[in-house]
Amino acid sequence: MSVSEMFAALQGALGQDQDIREEIRKEVQALEQTAREILTLLQGVHQGPGFQHIPKKCQKAREHFGTVRTQMESLKTKFPADQYYRFHEHWRFVLQRLVFLAAFVVYLESETLVTREAVAEILGIEADRERGFHLDIEDYLSGVLTLASELARLAVNSVTAGDYARPLRISTFINELDSGFRLLNLKNDSLRKRYDGLKYDVKKIEEVVYDLSIRGLNKEATVGAGGEK
Amino acid sequence: GSGGFRKRKHDNFPHGQRREEKENVNPPSALMTSFKSFQLELDTRHDKYERLVKLSRDITIESKRTIFLLHRFTSAPNGEEILNESEVKLDAVRRKIKQVAQELIGEDMYQFHRAISPGLQEYVEAVSFQYFIKTRSLISVEEINKQLIFTAEDREETTNMTSNSHDKQSPTWSLKVTPVDYLLGVADLTGELMRLCISSVGNGDIDTPFELSQFLRQIYDGFTFIGNTGPYEVSKKLYTLKQSLAKVENACYTLKVRGSEIPKHMLADVFSTKTELIDQEEGLP
Repeated sequence: MSVSEMFAALQGALGQDQDIREEIRKEVQALEQTAREILTLLQGVHQGPGFQHIPKKCQKAREHFGTVRTQMESLKTKFPADQYYRFHEHWRFVLQRLVFLAAFVVYLESETLVTREAVAEILGIEADRERGFHLDIEDYLSGVLTLASELARLAVNSVTAGDYARPLRISTFINELDSGFRLLNLKNDSLRKRYDGLKYDVKKIEEVVYDLSIRGLNKEATVGAGGEK
Repeated sequence: GSGGFRKRKHDNFPHGQRREEKENVNPPSALMTSFKSFQLELDTRHDKYERLVKLSRDITIESKRTIFLLHRFTSAPNGEEILNESEVKLDAVRRKIKQVAQELIGEDMYQFHRAISPGLQEYVEAVSFQYFIKTRSLISVEEINKQLIFTAEDREETTNMTSNSHDKQSPTWSLKVTPVDYLLGVADLTGELMRLCISSVGNGDIDTPFELSQFLRQIYDGFTFIGNTGPYEVSKKLYTLKQSLAKVENACYTLKVRGSEIPKHMLADVFSTKTELIDQEEGLP
């Protein structure tokens, strides 16, 4: 093969790669749109009346996740199945965003942390790499950390809306989450940076709980909470 | 007596068991259990990444040394010796690449690509340099990858390691250099060829510069054809490539225009001055 023939073949391979990426980008754009819709929907819980509508919002969000599943099926077809990490950078961000949204919905429904397997099911993907298009553990963890920030905000707004019990429950949840994350040996990458933000979320929630407790507001809450739960 | 009884009680509840009982009172929650498994998963992944980074560094160092060795090649008697030694060195590099291939069995290569890419680029540079010296042509990526198909060397490897082939009799491992790594390695090769051009004139070899000029032009044309089709790192190399080509073309020009005026034994001086100038430009000591 002459030099020019070699480079022509290489150019073909590179061009093919670019075409695949272009297709993937289109699919990711669609997913990002759906993610934005879910986020807009769920953001409504932070306002006063929003708290009453939580179950309805969760239900609606779950419907949107149906669209996500369809879009994921489409994305999977755009590249060879065994080259997930070759193109991973394209959907990494939207996947982390979707993990956060799924985790937020599950928290609003059950006040528990959604498992990796459960998120994968909601998104219509696998939990293990061997089985196909999967959820990378770091993307799962990033999404969970975003949930922590959202819950810190929710704690603040709960108080404003008059719900004094919720922040206490959020506090327990976040503290356990923090203990979990402390077990991890993270490298100096984007996940590590995001994890560094967790301590500010913990602090913010602690301050809310403190504000409630010194005013005796949490005592009212536990009395009330007994009936609610 | 009671002392003996108490002593026996301590024997029945040794320290370790007491600790275990305390843990059973507060069993780890589902969340903590999950995170413990995440810890394990991440640690395993990071450890593998680090092993690959170390291998990549070894590959880089040994490839660079091979390149330095090959620069000492001349058609003089020790040429054959140098080529043989370079083959020995490159075999050692390939053994490292084999270890990389073994680490990547069952993995998605692209997950660890950033760890091994620098080493592979340097290897491409070294092996293509050797190939050029031997054949005056460019080695193809297919040819490179053919040499990166490995079989077990001894019984130990056969029994201990998992491999590509399902036939346990002759396991194979392989690594494919990607088109991008190949291109980046070839781009760096042109820098070495430029140095080869300058030094060959110093050795009184006035044919090589012209061969190199033609060869580099072909490569430059290839990269021009690719243009922006590849990732940014490839297009970035085009600039340096153009400079290397220009230096070689200027050397040829000088040889052509002034070669006949200057006695052969002084040609080296002309080019050593030029080399000093070039080195000053590049910021070399």
